[in-house]
Amino acid sequence: MKKLRNVFMATLLAGTFILPATALAETIKVGAILAVTGGASFLGGPEARTLEMLAAELNAQGGVNGNKIELVIKDSGASPEKAISFAKQLIEEEQVFAIIGPSTSGETMKIKGIAEEGKTILLSCAAAEVIVNPVAKYVFKTPQKDSDAVKKIFGAMKDLGFTKIAVLSGNTGFGNAGKGQLETIAPEFGIEILASEVYDKKETDLSAVVAKLMANKEIQAVVNWSIVPAQGILAKNMRQAGWNVPLFQSHGYGNIEYAKASGAASEGIIFPAGRLLAPELLDDANPQKALLVKYKADYEAKYKEPVSTFGGHAQDAFKILCKAIQEVGADREKVRDAIENMTGYAGTGGVFNFSAADHNGLDIDAFAMWMVKDGKFVPYKK
Amino acid sequence: MSFELFIQYVFAGLTYGIIYAIVAIGFNIIYNTTGIINFAQGEFVMLGGMIAISLQKMMPLPLAIALAVAITMVVGALIEIVFIRWLDRPSVLRLIIITIGISILSREVALHIWGESVRALPYFVGNEISAISILGARVSPQVLWVMGVCTVMVILLSLFFRYTLTGQKMQACSANRKAAILCGINARNMVTLSFMLSAGIGALAGCVMSPITYTSYDGGPDLAIKGFTVAIMGGLGNSMAAVTAGLMLGLIEAFSISLMPMAYKDAIAIAILLLILFIRPHGLFGRKDAAGLKEF
Repeated sequence: MKKLRNVFMATLLAGTFILPATALAETIKVGAILAVTGGASFLGGPEARTLEMLAAELNAQGGVNGNKIELVIKDSGASPEKAISFAKQLIEEEQVFAIIGPSTSGETMKIKGIAEEGKTILLSCAAAEVIVNPVAKYVFKTPQKDSDAVKKIFGAMKDLGFTKIAVLSGNTGFGNAGKGQLETIAPEFGIEILASEVYDKKETDLSAVVAKLMANKEIQAVVNWSIVPAQGILAKNMRQAGWNVPLFQSHGYGNIEYAKASGAASEGIIFPAGRLLAPELLDDANPQKALLVKYKADYEAKYKEPVSTFGGHAQDAFKILCKAIQEVGADREKVRDAIENMTGYAGTGGVFNFSAADHNGLDIDAFAMWMVKDGKFVPYKK
Repeated sequence: MSFELFIQYVFAGLTYGIIYAIVAIGFNIIYNTTGIINFAQGEFVMLGGMIAISLQKMMPLPLAIALAVAITMVVGALIEIVFIRWLDRPSVLRLIIITIGISILSREVALHIWGESVRALPYFVGNEISAISILGARVSPQVLWVMGVCTVMVILLSLFFRYTLTGQKMQACSANRKAAILCGINARNMVTLSFMLSAGIGALAGCVMSPITYTSYDGGPDLAIKGFTVAIMGGLGNSMAAVTAGLMLGLIEAFSISLMPMAYKDAIAIAILLLILFIRPHGLFGRKDAAGLKEF
């Protein structure tokens, strides 16, 4: 009997040593607010699929420091109202460690304050620069800056000798922010915006507005700033109308589906984007190459659809978060500091160098100029 | 404004206008036999386009379109049989809520089948950049296809309602349902038929417009709102008036762009809808006393 009790005590004792070990390996909850359905689903869809793929891969390898990552993905349908309620839910009820997303700039701006108040790290996958300018302590973003995209486009225009342009933009947070940047930066490059038109994000035909702009013979090039199918519709309507001035698109064009959807009309479209679109063309010495090739191959093998730069933004957000957790442990304040001090991290969008003043961490070199040729994205040459 | 520009606006306006008109006719056919507005009408257009896009990979385009129209008609019939036919004297409000539910349901189903990406049928003739010169304006051949197919559809429909026995039976049901039943007309079958018919014309419109406007799973509600505006403008139940109203709205929208920023285009359509609802709820071409006899 005594013997049995000893065994019992011994197991209890052993148990107390084992318990802390299991308690250490708890799961880390990471929230994500993405526009999986609705008008911006071509952003949120690849983003959500990328996160699921990465989380499964990471957990299969044992997680971060032995902690599994549990994703809580919320589909906002690109609605800022839903994003607000999901943000509150994730922070207050789910008490997530950090939030990835939202997909669109409009949504991100609405929940910037909520994340800040809840002291929860927010890694936005949306492009507009206003998200990180002015800097909010807990808010970061992974896509490149729209001001850099604008500078890259204007640089190419200057090269081609264009000084008089027309601007079209969608009525989304992204479109409005881009329009603002275009108007602010144009004088720096000696470019004059002769006409500026805003269209609804669900627009299905732009031939009337094309007719209106085409009547102004002084316009030498058109810049379109949107993340919606309208960017393909505009190309079709312009070429059908016989208006052959060069068409520049924003960095929201980085999905080959858009080029395919407008077929022959998309030939010659010029736009800035990260290097994910054709990683095989990069130098082997490029720090991004290995990562880009792997992500592209993994994603395309798993989901049987071409990779887009948008999924890449989610990959960057997820990897940056995991890297920070790995360095300093699952402590929110420390992880925030670790992200803010992270430098030289090569992601899909470019090489990130965060600082207290820059919560985006990417510079203009994160962009390359691309053009559509024979239905494919190729590096732009004059 | 130069003459070429004027013609360019006219064509842009007529293209939207005829599409709105077809959606409005879909509303009207069902309204006439049941007295309800089928808010899933926009989804028929989306389904037609989507099914044709999927089939077109396996068979020639004309066959794919014909099959897509047939499948959508079956879907229309099934919707009526499953959700509406067995209801015993349902209230108008209940039926409207059911059709809104069907609209949401079809969108979700489409999202699961086709995903969130935007698709398009290939151009019937030429490609994305080909254009025909008409009076100095350049018009895509697909625009002519849309106008041609929709015009033929409108003519065939009016012939169908006027000269065929089935068409006359459907009209009888809309004029006086009780009397029609007393004459031995199976009113329930006529309702099913009206759903099939409006699903079919919606689907065909969805196919011809797909190369121009693209097809996405959530394109239905926007079309439904425009179609509804047009149906109200013309006077509910009056298909020929819907054509006139549709073309009017399309032209107003197109020319509004020349004067105002494009972003106001939809605001103009909604403002017209509200104005008509306040001032002439029976529509521009409808009669007040006739509208008074209807349930709503």
